[in-house]
Amino acid sequence: MKPASFLVIFIGGLLFGFGLALSRMIQPEVVLSFLEFRDFGLLLVLGGAVLVTFTTYQLVPRLRKQPLLETTGFETKRPPLNRRTLAGAAIFGVGWGLCGVCPGPAIAGLGAGNWLLAFAVLGIAIGAYLQGRIAPG
Amino acid sequence: MMHLFPNGWIHYLLGGLLIGAGVSLNFVFTGRVTGMSSVFSAGWSFVSQRAFFQQARFLATRYWRLLLALGVVLGALLWRSWLGPSADIATGLPWWRLLAGGLLIGFGARLSDGCTSGHGICGLASLSLSSLLAVIIFLATAIVSVHLLMSLGMR
Repeated sequence: MKPASFLVIFIGGLLFGFGLALSRMIQPEVVLSFLEFRDFGLLLVLGGAVLVTFTTYQLVPRLRKQPLLETTGFETKRPPLNRRTLAGAAIFGVGWGLCGVCPGPAIAGLGAGNWLLAFAVLGIAIGAYLQGRIAPG
Repeated sequence: MMHLFPNGWIHYLLGGLLIGAGVSLNFVFTGRVTGMSSVFSAGWSFVSQRAFFQQARFLATRYWRLLLALGVVLGALLWRSWLGPSADIATGLPWWRLLAGGLLIGFGARLSDGCTSGHGICGLASLSLSSLLAVIIFLATAIVSVHLLMSLGMR
């Protein structure tokens, strides 16, 4: 990738992290209050993010053959519909209910000073390692 | 509205729009999908020589994924120093719940090849049926596990 792409991705990360912090997804209590049906803010976060992303994902590849900086085309997120994808999601959800953060907010939480989330980040790293250990190949 | 959003709603919507702006920026300039859980598998490629972690899809993306994660940390730091409350935002959850929950989300997200950002944002925006099913399933199991914990007296 071009150096300019790295800069863009870093800025994209800044926006992402700022948005996660502003919407308080970095506080497990806020996510848990959604899962307990006491505060539906999480739906606005997800809805807002999907709305903007949907517009970009659907519009930009129709207007351009290539992204502005790279020549590798536009990636899409269309994972296979199989047991792995669905079983993984089920396990993910149980963990999400336990700790109230997902990977993005866990990382962002460290920047916002929610230090205890280091335990969640450590757990995610161990979980990702174990998944790689049992994966075929 | 009040009872749906007892803590206000604008910061939720603005935060979501900003997250979408970050994902969109990456897409327009580099064509890449912004998933957050992949950074963990890609990160292990620096440490583990196992064939799984040495796959091209991790080796070819590990540097930008780490940079993305660094941006996420610093973006949150920026919020804290600019708009953040002076009060402590430390979570009251016990460490074991964070560690055990983290382990399950790390394992589950990698098995599923996506988390809340990969399936929830990028997958839904790509109109992927498998991502939609993944989102419905993880929302359902998360809600069930939280309500089970509550019935055990663990808020």
